[in-house]
Amino acid sequence: MAHFIDRRLNGKNKSAVNRQRFLRRYKSQIKKAVAESISKRSVTDTESSESISIPSRDIKEPIFHQGRGGDRDRVLPGNDQFSPGDKIKRPQGGGQGSGQGDASDSGEGQDDFSFSISMDEYLNLLFDDLELPNLQKTELQTETEFETYRAGFRAEGIPTNIDIVRSLRGAQARRIALTAAKKKKLKQLEDDLAELESNKPYDKALYAELLAQIEKLNYKIGRVPFIDTFDLRYRNFDKRPLPSSNAVMFCLMDVSGSMDQATKEMAKRFYILLYQFLTRSYDNIEVVYIRHHTQAKEVDEQEFFYSQETGGTIVSSALYLMDDIVKERYPPSQWNIYAAQASDGDNWADDSPKCGKMLRERILTYTRYYSYIEITNRSHQTLWHEYDSIDQQYENFAMKNIKQAADIYPIFREFFKKQTAG
Amino acid sequence: MNSNLKKKVTTPLSDGPEWTFDLLEQYQTEIARVADFYRLDTYPNQIEIITSEQMLDAYSSVGMPINYHHWSFGKKFIESEQNYKRGYMGLAYEIVINSDPCISYLMEENTMTMQALVMAHACYGHNSFFKNNYLFKTWTDASSIIDYLLFARQYIEDCERKYGVEEVEEILDSCHALMNLGVDRYKRPQKISMFEEQKRQKEREEYLQSQVNQLWRTIPHKETESKKEKLKFPAEPQENLLYFFEKHAPLLAPWQRELLRIVRKVSQYFYPQKQTQVMNEGWASFWHYTILNHLFDEGLVTERFILEFLQSHTNVVFQPAYNSPMYSGINPYALGFAMFRDLRRMCEEPDDEDRLWFPEIAGGDWLDTLHYAMQNFKDESFISQYLSPKLIREFKLFNLQDYEQNPMLEVTAIHNEQGYMDIRQKLAAQYNLSLLEPNIQIVNVDVNGDRSLTLEYIPHNNVPLGESCDEMMRHVYRLWGFDVKLMEKKDNGKQVLLSKCPPEKPKES
Repeated sequence: MAHFIDRRLNGKNKSAVNRQRFLRRYKSQIKKAVAESISKRSVTDTESSESISIPSRDIKEPIFHQGRGGDRDRVLPGNDQFSPGDKIKRPQGGGQGSGQGDASDSGEGQDDFSFSISMDEYLNLLFDDLELPNLQKTELQTETEFETYRAGFRAEGIPTNIDIVRSLRGAQARRIALTAAKKKKLKQLEDDLAELESNKPYDKALYAELLAQIEKLNYKIGRVPFIDTFDLRYRNFDKRPLPSSNAVMFCLMDVSGSMDQATKEMAKRFYILLYQFLTRSYDNIEVVYIRHHTQAKEVDEQEFFYSQETGGTIVSSALYLMDDIVKERYPPSQWNIYAAQASDGDNWADDSPKCGKMLRERILTYTRYYSYIEITNRSHQTLWHEYDSIDQQYENFAMKNIKQAADIYPIFREFFKKQTAG
Repeated sequence: MNSNLKKKVTTPLSDGPEWTFDLLEQYQTEIARVADFYRLDTYPNQIEIITSEQMLDAYSSVGMPINYHHWSFGKKFIESEQNYKRGYMGLAYEIVINSDPCISYLMEENTMTMQALVMAHACYGHNSFFKNNYLFKTWTDASSIIDYLLFARQYIEDCERKYGVEEVEEILDSCHALMNLGVDRYKRPQKISMFEEQKRQKEREEYLQSQVNQLWRTIPHKETESKKEKLKFPAEPQENLLYFFEKHAPLLAPWQRELLRIVRKVSQYFYPQKQTQVMNEGWASFWHYTILNHLFDEGLVTERFILEFLQSHTNVVFQPAYNSPMYSGINPYALGFAMFRDLRRMCEEPDDEDRLWFPEIAGGDWLDTLHYAMQNFKDESFISQYLSPKLIREFKLFNLQDYEQNPMLEVTAIHNEQGYMDIRQKLAAQYNLSLLEPNIQIVNVDVNGDRSLTLEYIPHNNVPLGESCDEMMRHVYRLWGFDVKLMEKKDNGKQVLLSKCPPEKPKES
């Protein structure tokens, strides 16, 4: 007596819960491993999963077991050289035990337990405990608008949505199905009739009967309707909600000549992190990219990260552009506005006071949070000092100095640390 | 056996390589017929087709289709997944569960030949072993295990909701650590029945709590009992730690006691499997070999089929030598299969040596002999009874003695006339669970004093306990709630302290 059951379509990932528990339990170790690995990943690598290693002494499950030493006898297979009484030197660190299922002593095993986590899990861990500061509800947040779009076909609907071709197709299929057998028989009878007619004289009674049958069949075939309500097909429309934005992030990057390749790389890493963080944590966020050297230009993501333009440094150009864009498209009453600026601090000396003025009078009045990172090993210049004074006065301004790639992630976390209260 | 009882057909069954459900049914019918011919008595089979992903799931939950949630299963899943992805480990093509009906899993990626092999191996080999071996008959209840696990999972989920995931996890961690010491080795446990469990669970909670209170009551009944009696508790050393804690640990809540019980029951269920690995795998391998060859003799399977099967089979029963880089111990499939095949040989074609060593079975009926062996032995007794000199020569077994006092290792016996008995005895001892797992028992509880618990380890052959002692004692402490200490009883009868929890605090002056 045997039954076969096909379980392949049943839920897979029964172990998903257990896996989640494992990840939760060892969260701190995994986070540590993740933080170390972020600096090694390439800037543009956003798809691949990550391989993590945790020291296995942290995750072992202990049992009482026998240790080394004592008196043991071991039976081994494959004797190729020994006779009774032979003596062998004890191998260092102990050799392989002649294991036996589960009951053997649990040895030290590997040093590290390594496994891979998916991109999602990786980013979740990366951005754990982070949030955009001072996010306030704006009036648009609760409203959702919808848009309609085509979504296949249905069997019911209103006359304007009838899809004629599909309906007729269905009708023809139905007609074929209902009449095929009859038509075959009809052909058969007509052949019989023709054969009968070709032989003279013929049996009148048979002839009449055949004619009657043919007429009956024809009648039946004729009764099958050309089209039926059953055949009709309608175009289907569906609604989906339009994202209603309530936050916008301005990314200002200095791409002047003084920024060398390595510095640009670090700035890019910072922005990639920022971008990932925002898109994961917030459904409705827009990002505006502004690159500047002596002039500022709003660009798209591709150009922001990959374009090769370069020039001198006038930071205020970027700030003016940002202000203009805000005036045009993002009224502060409806949008939460954030900004992140990256530079190496090497600004045109006269320009720094202009920046300060711009920030104080315009930008900082409506931004929720403005973060500035200076990527440099050298001593700070005018821009930094200017910003420093702003930092003292304004709560929604923050600035940090990044010296090397390993600093990016910790500083990023500092900027966006979750506020514990209020 | 009479070969004229075999069919002779002209058209064999299709050998795939793709399998279909129809084809599976056909093969199953033929295999069942042959199994019946060889008197294999099995539970009804429930054969489930799964994906490799689901096989990984099954691996991490030890094959049980239902299991409670725990992070250690997550770790096993991740480990298996990694190993599989890296190609270190081919997913076993067989997982089979000791239950009624017997559940076995076929992976959808297998070829038809492999599916047939798994069916013969698991659905008839392992199945008949589970049903008829005395250890399984005595210690496990196949008809109720799935229901019980269902109950366990539900109960644990309820506890997690009521008391918190972390609290439950902590208790389960400690229970898992002590799982090997949560087994009755000498009494047959009661039959588990899910209905009974649920019905009596509430009663049990209250009853247990009242019993515990009884034990720890230190206010004397009457004034005349003011002199505290010296209570030796427990009266005899207790080997089943989890059982003892379930009944007597003073500070556990009723739901925690129930968790202990669950882990204990599951451990009990798996207890026979550790002691019969060689026999079980050998039995199943022997029958997949015999049944499929029988089908080939009848012309029901093609040459291509039998070649693919033989290749897989040879890999499975391969035993690398001690100095080979692939060596990882004695392969239970290799040893088990060789022994059963050897038993058959001794019955059908005995030589003088066989007649000398095994007079009762040499020349006898091989099927009777095999069934008798399967039903009445476990690994240790099986090897000690039936390992033949011929096999010892075939495997070139030798015994290596590793005594602490000796600086060198010594080869004390090899596969020659003088060595056979010794090797057989030593090899059998290697499968004796009581010699492999540490002998730790509860010897004393200070009922009237500081409520401390004393465990005693009696080493065998001077083998010390591994370094996990301190950590383990923390788990014991968590369950007991009061001080716990672990003593080792040396040869001269003296007791030495190995570990205690909480550990000694430095003396404050």
